[in-house]
Amino acid sequence: MSVLEKHPEEEHHEEHHHHESFWTKYVFSQDHKVIGIQYALTSLVFLLFGFTLMLIMRWQLAFPGRPIPIIGGLLGEANAPGGIMLPEFYNQLGAMHGTIMVFMAIVPLLVGAFGNYVLPLQIGAPDMAFPKLNMASYWVYASGGVVMAVSFFVPGGAANSGWTSYAPLSVTATTGQTFWLIGMVFLITSSLLGSVNFITTVIQLRAKGLSYMRFPFFVWAQFVTAFLLLLAFPPLEAAGFMQLLDRVLETSFFMPEGLVVSGEVQPYAGGGSPLLWQHLFWFLAHPEVYVLILPAMGIVAEVIANNIRKPLWGYKAMVYSAIFLGAMSFIVWAHHMFMTGMGTTISAFFQTTTMIISVPSVVILTALFMSLKGGSIRFNTPMLFSLAFLIMFGIGGLTGLPLGLAPTDIHLHDTYYVIGHFHYVVAPGTIFAIFAGIYYWFPKVTGRKMSEALGKLHFWPSLLFMNGVFMPMFIQGLAGVSRRLYDGGDQYAHAQSVLGLNKVMSYSAYGLLLAQLPFIINFFLSIKKGKKVDSNPWQATTLEWVAAPSPPIAHGNFSEIPVVTRGPYEYSVPGHDQDFTPQNAVVQEG
Amino acid sequence: MAEIHAPGLAHHFDSYQQQKEAAFFGMWVFLATEVLFFGGLFCAYLVYRSANPEAFAAGSRELDIVLGAINTAVLIGSSLTMALAVHAAQVGKRKMIAAWMGATILLGGTFLGIKVVEYSHKIHEGHFPGPNFVWHGPEVNVEMFFNVYFLMTGLHALHMIIGIGIMLVLIPLAWKGRFTPESHNYVEGFGLYWHFVDIVWIFLFPLLYLLDVG
Repeated sequence: MSVLEKHPEEEHHEEHHHHESFWTKYVFSQDHKVIGIQYALTSLVFLLFGFTLMLIMRWQLAFPGRPIPIIGGLLGEANAPGGIMLPEFYNQLGAMHGTIMVFMAIVPLLVGAFGNYVLPLQIGAPDMAFPKLNMASYWVYASGGVVMAVSFFVPGGAANSGWTSYAPLSVTATTGQTFWLIGMVFLITSSLLGSVNFITTVIQLRAKGLSYMRFPFFVWAQFVTAFLLLLAFPPLEAAGFMQLLDRVLETSFFMPEGLVVSGEVQPYAGGGSPLLWQHLFWFLAHPEVYVLILPAMGIVAEVIANNIRKPLWGYKAMVYSAIFLGAMSFIVWAHHMFMTGMGTTISAFFQTTTMIISVPSVVILTALFMSLKGGSIRFNTPMLFSLAFLIMFGIGGLTGLPLGLAPTDIHLHDTYYVIGHFHYVVAPGTIFAIFAGIYYWFPKVTGRKMSEALGKLHFWPSLLFMNGVFMPMFIQGLAGVSRRLYDGGDQYAHAQSVLGLNKVMSYSAYGLLLAQLPFIINFFLSIKKGKKVDSNPWQATTLEWVAAPSPPIAHGNFSEIPVVTRGPYEYSVPGHDQDFTPQNAVVQEG
Repeated sequence: MAEIHAPGLAHHFDSYQQQKEAAFFGMWVFLATEVLFFGGLFCAYLVYRSANPEAFAAGSRELDIVLGAINTAVLIGSSLTMALAVHAAQVGKRKMIAAWMGATILLGGTFLGIKVVEYSHKIHEGHFPGPNFVWHGPEVNVEMFFNVYFLMTGLHALHMIIGIGIMLVLIPLAWKGRFTPESHNYVEGFGLYWHFVDIVWIFLFPLLYLLDVG
């Protein structure tokens, strides 16, 4: 398709009978592309918000008891009198940082935004199977976000029992926890509606010829992810109802009998088990980890295949690994609970499954590394982020091994080592993949490319500062510094030797904020001023690039539904006159 | 893309057949989430019953088996009327769809009415969970049985209330002839949901009412 060719929508427009109002086109749209953009913008705002909470915490950690500069006065007397943070407020920030980042920023970005926008295009579907449900899932998500945001303003502030909301602490906590639970019910419902839609769409609306082993890896990743959300979230919803009843009606599902809090005997009777909450929580939250990483691997696989100009190495092994990963992720949850005294037998079981589940992740990562060998690599911005993902996720994965084994976990549990480990997986891991995806698919959404110069100005400092933030955490954690300390370890003798690292991490965090400015500028500038490109600027093979214009046609995507004739990554096929063969190319005689 | 659309066929489907398959498949997938949701509750039941077997037996003896059995029959009857509504949709009798759904609402309402009687009886006796719980017997932790009882039957009843709400929307649509033998996915999909809610009760009844019989 040439650059100058008229966008098919312009021709299409005259034939269109029903005119869409502003409300049905942009607000209550049922078009998966608009919904994907809604998800993207909302969750990017939450990503920035969650990041800001952490920046405030990092001031307190580096300079305990010193007034917070610039915004200290805006936080309110109840939270930070004279700009000095109170411990209660620190706990709110910690709990809400985790909640916002996981449930309101990363998952909606990966699944709601990328999944919604790209998946139907890649499988050649005109839309999601249930467009109304799709719209509903966005608005339920947005409502959950509002409930969470409002909770900062209720008496006692937002939830402050950690993102895991362990009972009994969470049951006796301030009103914010009730908002947290209600907000979670919204967010869970949204994810469930979304995953029903994704699974049905993949199975029922694939283009002709798109057999399972012709799926782009991104589709596989989203497909497995949808099953994880589908099966892992409902038990947490049930547990959420139980905790809500414990708080509101003073039932005792998670409350032990005879509990004394601040010298007062609590009214709970009936012999409830706080551990049941942990089991139900981690039964969700461990598969959730793979929800956070699988779609990121999917994005990275797309970008890497496109920029090495050759097929992915071990595509089938990657697919089987993703499926195996998804299945295994349901039987590893209690490795978060080695410290609860559940016994060595159960610990042994969960250690074994945990060691087994590391294998498929390593297979996927190895396949992506091996793919690089012998490729003529294009080092554009999405590719740089993807390559960094491989190494950063590698660090995150390898540092997880000592946590999966009870003997080492007992020392490292609840220290900064844990924080360092999972942030390497999710922050320079998943978030870098998200950036790669934004730079990669931006031309499909807008018809314009983002600036490469600003992109590199975004990438290199981000890489530097991400490591500046998270690498020292391993050192602090090995020294035994707890992750929950309001003063960053200031009062503890064993933390003194590694206390200086707090300043390194905090300055790195502020540097990381500055490093995002080129991205924000680039993002908004490129919408209007970016270089105009044709429908397939990366010379890719998958359907969203080769069969649909940029942006794809509203309500329908394709002017003609494509028919798939080959696998997803046929780059540099010998004997072909161009180095990429579209998935819908008519079969050429050898 | 087909420019002329058949009535009731969404633009992104090629045929009624594809639309129907997608709708049913989606419904089954949704029911999988419901199984897991109630699975979480049954898990709680299992944990607490195995920790407090005497308390659960004692609590169970407080429940009215006769009312529970009547309700089981009522609910199975409502599944029958729902199946007849689906059959009416398949053969294209619009008024019969509405009539059988009306009967389903009636039976569902009866179930909820009996549940209200049972609940008020328990609350009157002080068996409602919370700080005002009263128990005179020697068993300890009977609170937990009633926690679980009210939680599970309450969420089950909530599912029924939602189901009745959906039927109140579907009945006028059926009356107006919106559902044809080719396209009545809402009726049939809803039927699956109603049967599922019914089946959940089939598990709840023995686990809560009959566990100390014989």
